[in-house]
Amino acid sequence: MSILLAFAAAALFGIGTYLLMQRKLSRIIIGLGLISHGGNVLLMTSGRGGIAPLIGSGDPGDFADPLPQAMALTTIVITFGVTALLLALAYRSWQLTRDDEVENDAADMSIVSGGLLGRDVTDEVTAETEVEDAKALIDSTAGEVDG
Amino acid sequence: MTNLVALPVLVPLIAAGLSVMLGRWRTAQRIIGVGALTISVGVSIALLVGADSDGPLVVQVGGRPAPIGITLVVDRLAGIMLTVAAIMLLAVLVYAIGQPGAERNHVGFTSLYLIMAAGVSASFIVGDLFTLFVAFEMMLTASYALLTLGGGRAQVRAGMTYVVISLIASTLFITALALLYAATGTVNMADLAVKIGELPPGVRMAFAVLLLVVFGVKAGLFPLFFWLPDSYPTAPSPVTAVFAGLLTKVGVYALIRTQTLLFPPDSRPATLMLVLAGLTMVIGILGAIAQDDVKRILSFNIVSHIGYMVMGLALFSVAGIAAAIFYVVHHIVAKTTLFLTGGLIEHVGGSSRLSRLGNMVKSAPVVAALFLIPALTLAGVPPLSGFIPKLALVEAGFDERRYVIVGVSLLVSLLTLLSLMKIWIGAFWGPATEEPEHEPHEVGRAGGPLLMIAPTVALIAISLAIAFAAGPLYALAERTATDLLDPAVYERAVLG
Repeated sequence: MSILLAFAAAALFGIGTYLLMQRKLSRIIIGLGLISHGGNVLLMTSGRGGIAPLIGSGDPGDFADPLPQAMALTTIVITFGVTALLLALAYRSWQLTRDDEVENDAADMSIVSGGLLGRDVTDEVTAETEVEDAKALIDSTAGEVDG
Repeated sequence: MTNLVALPVLVPLIAAGLSVMLGRWRTAQRIIGVGALTISVGVSIALLVGADSDGPLVVQVGGRPAPIGITLVVDRLAGIMLTVAAIMLLAVLVYAIGQPGAERNHVGFTSLYLIMAAGVSASFIVGDLFTLFVAFEMMLTASYALLTLGGGRAQVRAGMTYVVISLIASTLFITALALLYAATGTVNMADLAVKIGELPPGVRMAFAVLLLVVFGVKAGLFPLFFWLPDSYPTAPSPVTAVFAGLLTKVGVYALIRTQTLLFPPDSRPATLMLVLAGLTMVIGILGAIAQDDVKRILSFNIVSHIGYMVMGLALFSVAGIAAAIFYVVHHIVAKTTLFLTGGLIEHVGGSSRLSRLGNMVKSAPVVAALFLIPALTLAGVPPLSGFIPKLALVEAGFDERRYVIVGVSLLVSLLTLLSLMKIWIGAFWGPATEEPEHEPHEVGRAGGPLLMIAPTVALIAISLAIAFAAGPLYALAERTATDLLDPAVYERAVLG
């Protein structure tokens, strides 16, 4: 049983990580959901029977460990709340940009281009190729979609 | 004394609830917010004094004994962090009330801010890893909302990065917790410290590295820092100030706590941490020098300075950890002040981009002075408060024969000065090359709105006081470090 759960957790982590590498927000959110499920499954497997701090009749060896279940419940509630917030943010982002894609950071891009565009080049031909190189660089980093 | 232990969490939480109910009466909301945080400051100081004189103060919530119930512990380290955090939170709230922007435009600001305050305090006082996770989430969830207040395009983009990376770190934390629980059968930190000794050294080391990654993301350690300079600058400046000052330090606190308490000397990744600390310093400061925006330069500076704290911790000697603790305290104060001044620069100068600012030493001399003092403090110019922990770090590094990291830290210190002088020359001395984005605000006799200037001045005074009281404060840091390197103190207090 444990080995099945371990495989399930591994699969969830693997698929989640793949989705996180995408540039579409909706996929990233689904990936996050899967990874946190993986964490919860792992949490469920961590309990050992027989050490339950329960008061009652019967052999403690028959009881499952309630602590990981309580912890998994708590994390499920927390992830639920944060995922809802994330979805709201993604919706807001879509409202603003009409696009589901993660944008490049504007200040980073200006530094990338500034380093290349702002250089003192006396030779006009070199200057032009450098400007084109810089533009191509910006386009290529901005255009890395879907993978 | 132990009755007070839960108050730094309870008071802000109750106040947050009240301020939601009083959303219509802005004045009442403000009184509640400032009042709650003032109480928090008082309680935290009392707790620090109590923990310093009587040893760790422990509360078993619900009367359940330690490994089963939730334990709250205030030892010297927690006391120091609580006190500094409470003072910072109070100062920044007053600043936020004075600044036209976030606090005035959003009914929920005070409540969110108080929930975050409760989360920060909770992170410092909890005695088990799972409750630490819950405290982190409380703090982070409030911070997600604070970061994206207003919902502008840049904020949503940056907030997204921040939320996603924090969620990944949280999931990793849960994973680490699950594995730790499977291996030892407990999540109580004192109990773990005892039981982790039964594991093979390799497994212990793996846990140490896993927790290093989890808290490294929160602290902004290389190579996990990239989200920080992107997300912090877009928030309203009081929010950025408190994030920059406090939230990364909560990560550093968790690193110090877990690495010293849980892991015996043979399973601490000391060399790895030193390498990461050196890289964090260098990459952070190079990033800062490349930027053109006041807030972004300061954000990269945070990353660089996290390296110093981790360096002190990674030496794992009393001198090193004492220096790291002193550094955390100094850095919280200095960094928050710098961001508050950054907000003033934006308010008075009409932009936070250096190319659009200029000649402010004439147009806003008060702001110039308010920037220069914390900037020199941060760079570690003697006799200001940044000099003391840096000197202590260098000495501790020499004691442990870690010469490379000492060299790197000194070089980065110089570069820090360079990055801050870039702001000074760009905003205060040189002319502006572009037009500001919006009309600069009128500068009054005080040099800006009184409620913005006053907290900034108060924080500078605290920073100067740290330098003047360096002797007793450093002695306190050394006592704290001695406690941390002897986990038996903590274990006895919690497990009885």
